[in-house]
Amino acid sequence: MTNPSDWNKRINPVILGLQPSGIRRFFDLVAEMKGVISLGVGEPDFVTPWHIREACMFSLEKGYTMYTSNRGLLELRQEIAKNLAASFGVSYDPHQEILITVGVSEGLDLAFRTILCPGDEVLIPEPSYVSYAPVTAMAGAKPVFLKTSAENGFRITPELVEKAITPKTKAIIICNPNNPTGATIDRARLLEITEVVRAHDLIFVSDEIYGRLTYVGEHTCVPSLPGMRDRTILLNGFSKSYAMTGWRVGYAAGNRDFISAMTKIHQYTMLCAPITAQIAALEALKNGENGLIKMVEQYNRRRRLVIQALQKMGLPCCEPRGAFYAFPDIRSTGLSSEDFAQLLLKEEKVAVVPGNAFGEQGEGFVRCSYSASINDLTEAFRRMESFVRRRVSKGKVLTFSPGKNEIIKEGICQTI
Amino acid sequence: MMPGEKCREKEILEIIENDARLNTEQIAVMLQTSEEEVVRIIKELEEKKIIAGYFTVINWDKVGEEKVSAIIEVKITPQRDLGFDAVAMRICRFPEVKTVRLMSGAYDLVVYIEGQTMREVASFVTLKLASLEHVLSTATHFVLKTYKLQGTLIEDDVEEDRRLLITP
Repeated sequence: MTNPSDWNKRINPVILGLQPSGIRRFFDLVAEMKGVISLGVGEPDFVTPWHIREACMFSLEKGYTMYTSNRGLLELRQEIAKNLAASFGVSYDPHQEILITVGVSEGLDLAFRTILCPGDEVLIPEPSYVSYAPVTAMAGAKPVFLKTSAENGFRITPELVEKAITPKTKAIIICNPNNPTGATIDRARLLEITEVVRAHDLIFVSDEIYGRLTYVGEHTCVPSLPGMRDRTILLNGFSKSYAMTGWRVGYAAGNRDFISAMTKIHQYTMLCAPITAQIAALEALKNGENGLIKMVEQYNRRRRLVIQALQKMGLPCCEPRGAFYAFPDIRSTGLSSEDFAQLLLKEEKVAVVPGNAFGEQGEGFVRCSYSASINDLTEAFRRMESFVRRRVSKGKVLTFSPGKNEIIKEGICQTI
Repeated sequence: MMPGEKCREKEILEIIENDARLNTEQIAVMLQTSEEEVVRIIKELEEKKIIAGYFTVINWDKVGEEKVSAIIEVKITPQRDLGFDAVAMRICRFPEVKTVRLMSGAYDLVVYIEGQTMREVASFVTLKLASLEHVLSTATHFVLKTYKLQGTLIEDDVEEDRRLLITP
């Protein structure tokens, strides 16, 4: 018992085998430096609007400090149901088909633990959010990656899905708009994908946390597509749309069997989402629309500045259409994602996230978040430009092609 | 005027109201339009006095500059055909007067004035303002502290960026 490595033997090998998030490693590096402008932040730079914070404080004054029902405050579930019906024409029974979770992160864990058995396979696009594969593994199932690449605009095609399906495939998870690429999937393509999903009787786990942050075209809610409501577990929350990341509140919506089963796990592991956060979420839904529209407008303006800045420095990039990320191709600098991020940090004090943190298909790219002030964005991209110019002029050009020196529009890059 | 023009004007105004230092090129990119158009629209807005000036929000308290500001409620007798406008305009012309507004309620005009000392403000009110023809009465309130100005919080350390530098 004296050798510390002995304790590792007592740890569940699945957990032992999980890789710590690539973002974590980079975070430690950034945290040591001063004067850094960070484009590496995956959350809004807005603080939660005051009316939401104020509503929460009022609830504390009134003594709302107790548990809620396992499923969450009924009033909040009703408001969510109303909102989904009004926005997307998809109806859920707030009593049985909606569960308030501690962010989409918990919702994802509940969904996977509910539907996955050991040996099942889950289709996960790559690059995509860092937790899909680990949560799949923790549920005892196997992640199968839908490898998208810049060459096909990080597009998920029905063929790609079809090819990855085996008799063991149980579910597919898609985040639309996508983190880290900022790409969105339009309705027509989603219809094609869901056709395959239905043909193979899969469950669709739809992470729509960035849905309201769609700048080009309209967001399509997967359960609103024909035949998809009952085979979809819709995950969403308040973090990104209402700048409420730290409150940890989200929801899952789906057929009553899925939601009841998820509620069982939730009641034994989480009991309920914090009541203060639920009350804040209720206020956000009831009175937050105007604030949300203003924030979306601001992200959109910054997004255009980012697109222009990337064009100017000659980094090809699929048009970011949602969320608040751009995912430029940095291969023309001859650097790997990690080297690019590390050298940019060291030489110019600008932090971006290496693309390979989102899966090996992200190699050759970096994620730049534009949830930063215009001043910071302008300065960060000025520094990044001089960094890129220095690198490119060093002759380390491997794959630079001037023809690609533009934002790739419609057609090539609509999808993840 | 083109149909989208009004909308564009409004967008430009919103942007520069929050940050007048953005240059026309940046504004053009943010609104997906040409720089020439932004320049033209801003020029028009200036000519129409819709854009009435460019100012900086300064917290003079921190400069250590001794300044006194006061809000004065003014009751006046409206004049035939001119209403309150003629008196209001007379008051506006004093350079120490920063803002003048016609109000509903218990008084007619609210006048924001700034001076070097309390005595200076007081003498302005008694000698210049209260003695104006048609001014019935004044009530002066000195400003003790400013918390928020032009939509901007003046205090330090309010809502600074507390986010982690890198998050997924």
